[in-house]
Amino acid sequence: MLLTLRMNITRIYALVLRYLYLYPRSIPRILDVIFWPIVDILIWGFLTAYLAQFKTNNVSFAHILLGAIIFWDFVLRAQQSVSISFLEEVWERNLLNLFVTPITLADFILATVFVGLARIFLIGATLYIASLVFFQFNLFSFGILLIPLVVNLFFFGWILGLIATSILLRFGQSAQVLAFALTTLIQPFMAVFYPVSVLPKFLQYIALSIPATHVFEGMRTVVIKGIVPLDHLVIATLLNFIWLTISLLIFVKMFEYVRNEGKLLKLTD
Amino acid sequence: MNILLKTKNLSKTFGKKTKAVQNVSFEIRQGEILGFLGPNGAGKTTTIQMLLGLIRPTHGTISIFGMDLQTHRTEILQRVNFSSAYVSLPGNLKVWENLYTFARLYNVKHYKQKIKELTDFLEITPLLPKTYASLSSGQATRVNLAKALLNDPELLFLDEPTASLDPDIADKMRKFLKKIQKEQSLTILYTTHNMSEVEELCNRAIFINEGKIVTEGTPAMLVKKFGLRDLNEVFIKLARNKEY
Repeated sequence: MLLTLRMNITRIYALVLRYLYLYPRSIPRILDVIFWPIVDILIWGFLTAYLAQFKTNNVSFAHILLGAIIFWDFVLRAQQSVSISFLEEVWERNLLNLFVTPITLADFILATVFVGLARIFLIGATLYIASLVFFQFNLFSFGILLIPLVVNLFFFGWILGLIATSILLRFGQSAQVLAFALTTLIQPFMAVFYPVSVLPKFLQYIALSIPATHVFEGMRTVVIKGIVPLDHLVIATLLNFIWLTISLLIFVKMFEYVRNEGKLLKLTD
Repeated sequence: MNILLKTKNLSKTFGKKTKAVQNVSFEIRQGEILGFLGPNGAGKTTTIQMLLGLIRPTHGTISIFGMDLQTHRTEILQRVNFSSAYVSLPGNLKVWENLYTFARLYNVKHYKQKIKELTDFLEITPLLPKTYASLSSGQATRVNLAKALLNDPELLFLDEPTASLDPDIADKMRKFLKKIQKEQSLTILYTTHNMSEVEELCNRAIFINEGKIVTEGTPAMLVKKFGLRDLNEVFIKLARNKEY
């Protein structure tokens, strides 16, 4: 059965390799991992350095904004790594070749996790070095306890990637803008650059149902108070599990739809 | 001969009205090359996609190697492969990267040796460092075929494999297929619109039109049955005549 949860490490490895083969010789992909994150950090970094001149009583301001932009890049790139991997198969007209092999949906989904992790590791290293070199800002100077927050952020990005892929399955290439921009679409509710408290009350409920919101709130608490907010961490983790379950159900449902309607081949048209 | 594939009352309806395939029942025996023929829109592609587990049938059963496709998809697809003129490999990967990836997807043991054997046999070894997108149609078809043979399939689905080839390369391809089919006792389900190809390659042919099987038999038997000169005329008659 196509939806079986059995997985095979060799097949997952093969899928991961298939995506990673492209990186060393593809300039757009290298730009995506190195150049654009550096551009982000430079623009926001210089802006915050400028703004910091007017906030002499609050030295954390620049750090909060820099931390936010680094975390924002994590969630955005994690989402894109999943949905663009899928889109790549659509563009290359390779979906049929892939799904007539013995791979299961679990193999496919797990491969996107590993590709995402590899990308995030490279992007994280780029951002870490860039912020250290240009702004003497070491995100992890706040302690390794930021790592659970980053892990939560990565998984939420991956979940959004799975949802974007499900939408691609349902609506085909006409929905490909979401492969790039789904995370940006909900950015205003994630409280990336400002606290949840500045949102109108009814939007706060939406914001607090998003795992990433708690990560950004937690990051600000770490930077300002120097303590790890366990409540935000626990809520983000629990919400991620709920979102993960929902996103997997949507993905499986959409894949079943594609199978019933015979649309796998038509996705490439 | 063993029956490798058996469908029973296979049907597919899209939405509420579009009956793409209706009660199609047939068998493929081991070592046979079965021509699966019909005009555009006859239901061939839908049937093949059901046989590959890509489309869920509305009714009917598919049994391959004696196992039900719905419940044994992974085991079955491990022993099956597919190649089509209309489905390409990732163009931005090199040929060797494509073949390595698919060899691993099929869990091929000694995959480097297998790839070497196949690329030597298909005379595509010099193409290994090239990207798939840079290949000519003939070269791409041979690479597709190498991909389709990586797992030593017992059953191979070939969807118009010679569609984009010039007569010379198409002839070489048919000779190669004949050779490998004999050597490995490979079973092939073959779709094409080239009827002389069917006469040359296929042991048996099934004609399908408007989702239903219209007739079946050996190419020679079909020509005789309809009292026509060749299979091309049989095809045209069956495609145009709605009264079977």
